[in-house]
Amino acid sequence: MADKLKFTIDGVEVQAEHGQTILDAADAAGIYIPRLCAHPDLKPIGSCRICTVVVNGRPQAACVQPAAEGMVVENDTPEMLEHRRNLIDMMFVEGNHFCMFCEKSGNCELQAMAYRFGITAPQYPSQFPDKDVDASHPDVMMDYNRCILCTRCVRASQELDGKNVFQSIGRGFGRKIGVNGRQALGDTDLNVDDRAADPTICPVGCIIKKRVGFEVPIGERKFDHEPIGSEIEKG
Amino acid sequence: MSAKKIIIEPVTRVEGHGKVTILLDEQQQVTQARLHIVEFRGFERFIQGRPYWEIPVLVQRLCGICPVSHHLAAAKAMDGIIGVDQLTPTAEKMRRLMHYGQMFQSHALHFFHLCSPDLLFGFDADVAIRNVVGVARKHPELAVQGVMMRKYGQEIIKATAGKKIHGTGAIPGGINKNLSIAERDELLKDIDQMIEWSRAALKIAKDYTFEHLEELKDFGSFESNHVSLVRKDGAMDLYHGDLRAITADGETIFDHLDYQDYFKYIAEEVRPWSYMKFPFIKSIGPEDGWYRVGPLSRINACDFIDTPEAEEARKEFMAVTDGKPNNLTMAYHWTRMIEELHSAEKIRDLLNDPDLQGTDLVVKGERREESVGLIEAPRGTLFHHYKVDENDQVTMANLIVSTTNNNTPMNLAVEGVARKYLSGTEITEGLLNHVEVAIRAYDPCLSCATHALGKMPLEIELRDAEGELLDRKAR
Ligand code: FES
Ligand code: NI
Repeated sequence: MADKLKFTIDGVEVQAEHGQTILDAADAAGIYIPRLCAHPDLKPIGSCRICTVVVNGRPQAACVQPAAEGMVVENDTPEMLEHRRNLIDMMFVEGNHFCMFCEKSGNCELQAMAYRFGITAPQYPSQFPDKDVDASHPDVMMDYNRCILCTRCVRASQELDGKNVFQSIGRGFGRKIGVNGRQALGDTDLNVDDRAADPTICPVGCIIKKRVGFEVPIGERKFDHEPIGSEIEKG
Repeated sequence: MSAKKIIIEPVTRVEGHGKVTILLDEQQQVTQARLHIVEFRGFERFIQGRPYWEIPVLVQRLCGICPVSHHLAAAKAMDGIIGVDQLTPTAEKMRRLMHYGQMFQSHALHFFHLCSPDLLFGFDADVAIRNVVGVARKHPELAVQGVMMRKYGQEIIKATAGKKIHGTGAIPGGINKNLSIAERDELLKDIDQMIEWSRAALKIAKDYTFEHLEELKDFGSFESNHVSLVRKDGAMDLYHGDLRAITADGETIFDHLDYQDYFKYIAEEVRPWSYMKFPFIKSIGPEDGWYRVGPLSRINACDFIDTPEAEEARKEFMAVTDGKPNNLTMAYHWTRMIEELHSAEKIRDLLNDPDLQGTDLVVKGERREESVGLIEAPRGTLFHHYKVDENDQVTMANLIVSTTNNNTPMNLAVEGVARKYLSGTEITEGLLNHVEVAIRAYDPCLSCATHALGKMPLEIELRDAEGELLDRKAR
């Protein structure tokens, strides 16, 4: 077996380990493929479809699709940009995302993605869904208005904390993140120091630590000065 | 012949939108004027369930015109919620700097853009000239100063809150940043110029008032009580103090009141025709207990100002009424510019204070269930009152915004002007102009005044002297 296999992303030759996903190989090569449900410490599940690329003419989720010798991958194309814009847009209108008073603003991956793609106002009508806030836990709060169902919390709790605090429940439009079935967060064994409660796991402002709101000033937040993906592109 | 209504809308050059109804009796005499506010936000309801630390940032959505005042009033209330009564010097001074910056830019905007056309061209001048473009043509230096002063205030807001609008600076228990040396030096560059321009603006407002004193005595003026926060030693303090109320003659109604108990002394009356409530001093009752707030009331209520030039200006102002409160509606402009100068002096003093480079930003205390935050916003006393449950969620919010405090006075000012300038049943240009000028003196912020009753369909009813419904509009 050859050491490395070779393929191209937007015409640029990229090397990959056997079994490596397109996304991971692209990261290693300093090419940013946008993603939301993928997280470096978690197993990929290919759910948000933001990372969709065209592989030999067919759309595939780069976070789960293994790289293969000679693949031709299209990533940064007008079609893919359009596709990603649409997805991001739908995430915005399906929730209640008020960046203006969200503690995650400036650190939020959804917001940063919108900025990167030049989305300033949604093109679809806002749904203004009726969503809850679960503040029953003493140290962690869940604001379902901002959940994008990426399931990073679900996987973090299982894979990193060895717990099962969060689950994906329901289907379709009614799908939501549940806690221990349908209980409240305060009834779970979630600890504020769990990885699942870490602000880098939830990409948006849904799961947040209580009482630390806005302590980091504007200008010192992760995406205040550089667009999302810059750290990968810098290599 | 039946009673008749005259409706004027919208009031131009007032922030937001308003509508005035003037009620006539059978003899076509004005019986009452009503300033309607046709905007609402359903805000108290929206806030419910939100975590308390979000509120100082969230409340800025209340109003695009005075977000910083809401930010700070809510932050003060949330200090109480986390059991903090005393901030670190750096935190308090950063917030004060933010507040004086907001005061400075808001007063400058009002004076140069909204009010100066009236003063420079006269109330009767053609509206085609009597506007900020007209000012820019005839007095280009003034228009430029107005823009630069506003910009300076906004730069202060940015340096303290992180952004010119919708910043995050004030957090429960303190502030999230200090002022860097670079930010300080940038702001220090222009402060002397700002003070000089404030002096000049004050002079315009003062000279105008002196020149037209006789005419203005009659212009939508009336005696009223005045309410303001005042520092413990009696000094004017726009950021913090105790509540003081005085009568039109300067008699004390209450003094040294801890505003945490404001609801024991001040109540709000709901009237069917307005979404805006009518606050009054409980001990006097709804009929006569209404009061004014804002620059005029603050200067009337305080014993002195703790910056030298503004104190000089205050003495000169009070001398006009022999030290008694001044009750002229149009005196708001003069007092607003005294505060403009005071704010500039305060900004200068704060910029030279090394505490602003301190690093001790936040304190924490024992959680409380209920707390009130008050501040003297540019337009007057602003009340924020919250209850927060054990899950950290807001369960109750009551806000009394500055413009609501001035509700009855604005109606009276309009009524007075209408009595004087209405002839027949036609709305003349003159009447329209004078009504606008009277309302504008109070610098109402209509956009943040009507959140109070929550979301309900807007409906306006018009009734004659007998209570007959004459017209109704709903939307
Ligand atoms: S990142 Fe690949 S599907 Fe979400
Ligand atoms: Ni306002």
